Amino acid sequence: MSPDRLIYMANQIGKFFQSQGHDKAVPGIAEHIKKFWDPRMKRAIFAHLDAGGAGLEPNVREALTSLKQATSLRAS
Amino acid sequence: MSLIEEIDFGTPASKSEAMVTLTIDGKEISVPEGTSIMRAAMEAGHQIPKLCATDMVDAFGSCRLCLVEIEGRAGTPASCTTPVMPGLVVHTQTERLKKLRKGVMELYISDHPLDCLTCGANGDCELQDMAGAVGLRDVRYGYEGENHVFAKTHGCDNDHWMPKDESSPYFTYDPSKCIVCSRCVRACEEVQGTFALTISGRGFESRVSPGMNESFLGSECVSCGACVQACPTATLTEKSVIEIGQPEHSVVTTCAYCGVGCAFKAEMRGEEVVRMVPYKDGKANRGHSCVKGRFAWGYTNHGERILKPMIRERIEDPWREVSWDEAFSFAAAKMRGIQKTYGRDAIGGITSSRCTNEETYLVQKLIRAGFGNNNVDTCARVCHSPTGYGLATTFGTSAGTQDFDSVEDTDVVLIIGANPASAHPVFASRLKKRLRQGAKLIVIDPRRTEMVESPHVKALHLPLMPGTNVAVMTALAHVIVTEGLVNEAFVRERCDWSEFEEWAAFVSQPKNSPESTAILTGVDPKVLREAARTYATGGNGAIYYGLGVTEHSQGSTTVIAIANLAMATGNIGRPGVGVNPLRGQNNVQGSCDMGSFPHELPGYRHISGDAVRDQFEALWNVKLNPEPGLRIPNMFDAAVEGTFMGLYVQGEDILQSDPNTSHVVAALSAMECVIVHDLFLNETANYAHVFLPGSSFLEKDGTFTNAERRIQRVRKVMTPKNGMADWEVTIGLARAMGFEMNYSHPSEIMDEIAALTPTFAGVSYAKLDELGSVQWPCNEKAPEGTPVMHIDGFVRGKGKFVVTEYVATDERTGPRYPLLLTTGRILSQYNVGAQTRRTDNVIWHSEDRLEIHPHDAEQRGVRDGDWVRLKSRAGETTLRAEITDRVAPGVVYTTFHHPDTQANVITTDYSDWATNCPEYKVTAVQVSPSNGPSDWQKAYDAQARQSRRIVPAEAAE
Repeated sequence: MSPDRLIYMANQIGKFFQSQGHDKAVPGIAEHIKKFWDPRMKRAIFAHLDAGGAGLEPNVREALTSLKQATSLRAS
Repeated sequence: MSLIEEIDFGTPASKSEAMVTLTIDGKEISVPEGTSIMRAAMEAGHQIPKLCATDMVDAFGSCRLCLVEIEGRAGTPASCTTPVMPGLVVHTQTERLKKLRKGVMELYISDHPLDCLTCGANGDCELQDMAGAVGLRDVRYGYEGENHVFAKTHGCDNDHWMPKDESSPYFTYDPSKCIVCSRCVRACEEVQGTFALTISGRGFESRVSPGMNESFLGSECVSCGACVQACPTATLTEKSVIEIGQPEHSVVTTCAYCGVGCAFKAEMRGEEVVRMVPYKDGKANRGHSCVKGRFAWGYTNHGERILKPMIRERIEDPWREVSWDEAFSFAAAKMRGIQKTYGRDAIGGITSSRCTNEETYLVQKLIRAGFGNNNVDTCARVCHSPTGYGLATTFGTSAGTQDFDSVEDTDVVLIIGANPASAHPVFASRLKKRLRQGAKLIVIDPRRTEMVESPHVKALHLPLMPGTNVAVMTALAHVIVTEGLVNEAFVRERCDWSEFEEWAAFVSQPKNSPESTAILTGVDPKVLREAARTYATGGNGAIYYGLGVTEHSQGSTTVIAIANLAMATGNIGRPGVGVNPLRGQNNVQGSCDMGSFPHELPGYRHISGDAVRDQFEALWNVKLNPEPGLRIPNMFDAAVEGTFMGLYVQGEDILQSDPNTSHVVAALSAMECVIVHDLFLNETANYAHVFLPGSSFLEKDGTFTNAERRIQRVRKVMTPKNGMADWEVTIGLARAMGFEMNYSHPSEIMDEIAALTPTFAGVSYAKLDELGSVQWPCNEKAPEGTPVMHIDGFVRGKGKFVVTEYVATDERTGPRYPLLLTTGRILSQYNVGAQTRRTDNVIWHSEDRLEIHPHDAEQRGVRDGDWVRLKSRAGETTLRAEITDRVAPGVVYTTFHHPDTQANVITTDYSDWATNCPEYKVTAVQVSPSNGPSDWQKAYDAQARQSRRIVPAEAAE
């Protein structure tokens, strides 16, 4: 799916968690995307992350990185 | 079967717990203190003759028919206005009373037409009944004198006579039959709260007068029907009764309009509906109704209803009528073909919040088990999905906390982003009744809604700029925390204290004060402080909210902020308080409960949970996909991208109801198979390949769940005109796709739901028949259901405070789009209007109008009634302007009931951060004068006409 829209959505989630501080925000964002995004959306944002992840806010980038690791660990 | 008639006790029940014992006609009876003698007698089984009394309104004491004698007391007091006292000895039938009553009746009848045989109320007339009850055999006065009965007396015009008022499309007012009992006037005041009726004149000149001697249609009357129901004669009569005659049997069922879920008696003659009358024992509506449920059911047999299945290869082709079998196999082949080409996840479906729980459950089951993916969503996506997220996060359950009766114990009502007077009218009437008793009202809304000012109701109004809900809610919390108004005992006992402290520190920051946020919100800090103090300290505080909260980029955040506020003030867990989402559609609560969201199985359990999935897999005998599916907006994006190509839509008009119409058009056009299952060729059907005709709520059995979590029966009163109930259609489609479902009655589906869903474990049709309705959770712990939730603790354990930072929406005004558009509803129309536009309700609202402030209108040279062009970054449309100061300068408002207005051509793709619920309520727009429909509107209309052509089936050989 269009990465622009997914980047926007991911950053929007990031903004909600921002005021909870980095340590709560990163797992919060990761959990939210894990629970509510369909696999093709996750694949598309992970692909964007692999391609450099331009436009992703720092907390969001970190959350996606950890989610991607967890997902690939579970899949393997 | 027979006609269900609730007992009329004559006067309302007393809530007193103290009991009083007295003797009536030799029978000893104990009743609550404050009960009238009339009611006590009825409870003892003795009906005292009456005309002006009915238990929906307070006693009035005008008809003088209900007289009784009390031993040791002089005279013959009216039993309706005389309260019981300990030890009274009452006689309801004595020689003296018989004579008096006969005299009274004789006077009534001396000024009443004697056309009983041809009268509309024949067989349902209390005047007739009472004449019989008192044994009236003779009227000695004749009809020669002054009267209201005849148009002419002695060859001259009779000044007392008034012609029938037939202005309302639904009922007539025949003044010649009026006995001036004033039941209609009191019903309008006490039950409905509109005060449209009065008695004008005095003595013999007394008349029922809508407004200032206006017609019913021309007055403030909102056509709720309470007066018609209260009228003991044929003065106010449904036109359908006049036309058809009296009903012979009735069936209790549930209204299919809004989330209030009013219980109605469908009064029938054979399979023809004569009228719908609100059911007094209905626990949501307590015998009241609005114009939609009471009168606007004509759509069910409207000529535009489609009764035969239809298919077509391409959306450019005309429709071809086919058999059910051919339609099912055509649809199944297409859907399975798409899966073969594009993968298992390339199809999905949308469940209907208008259909029953059982039907919704079957559609999500078909998708999860039959399609083999979780691409199921429902219209709650675009309305209350943030409620699900926000309340689950804070309280642990996705539903309102109270029943509607709770409002009777409320002292302060806080309404945010909702206009119950238009969208949830029966609840609004119950609320206004409480407000007239002295409860306080705070309304947070960009517009001065009908709730802000109505007879004897004046709200503290916080007119905020659209999109600033979170800032206002956090500012309210700021005042409550910094002024020491927190209910600390409650928070310490029920909530996580450290999360509370974090939240309290956040809201206390100076940037969140009413003074600092006023520049964003436009709300006067003094008024905001007063509102916060009132809510926190005024007694039982209850919050009611609607789509003005959820349909924002920060919809879920606002729901969380509301929950925070209720927890901080201890307004949770008892009657009179709570957090109450007002649900839009009749079964939007139920469709959410039934697992319509892509990430949740029935009962709000995440699809990734192995234990929960195991249960469903065992019963359904399939392997379920543990990954969440696509939500509606994601489906559209995926369709445009080419990975989502087939959609089954039950009872939902996504093209008209979802935002950014041109994006929806692009998505639907990209799909290879769109199956629309509906009553009418709705807007979405213009892009469909298969049309499966639906059945109305009158044609099937099932249950709806209203905004109070109340599960109520929908009962079949006629054979489906299309031949099949909707649940049978879904089974047909499933079978054609190779997924077997075996149910012979919806009760079996409910039994399966109960077996799989802990909150529904105790629900069965037998229990619903016995109790009338139950509110979930209904299980071993609460066998009769749960009116108030979180009584001793939150469902999630400790209540969770969450920090709610205000984030401005990216939809901003600027030089090109300087105004903010927000949207809402009107009383007479319902949502996309598919139903109400096909009834006489169009008489009240035949088109959507743009409300604009006089300043903004003047600057643009727009006059009242002019056509204007409404343009946003997403698109443009035209409609006519209405100049009003109900909206603030800088804000414009419209409704979205008519497809030719296309309000959603204007709305954008922005959505709630957590749930993708679209941001309908904030769109930056420009308004300018226009000559007529836009190019888009013309092209749309041409496409729609083209798409609706039907080739009838060849006659069978």
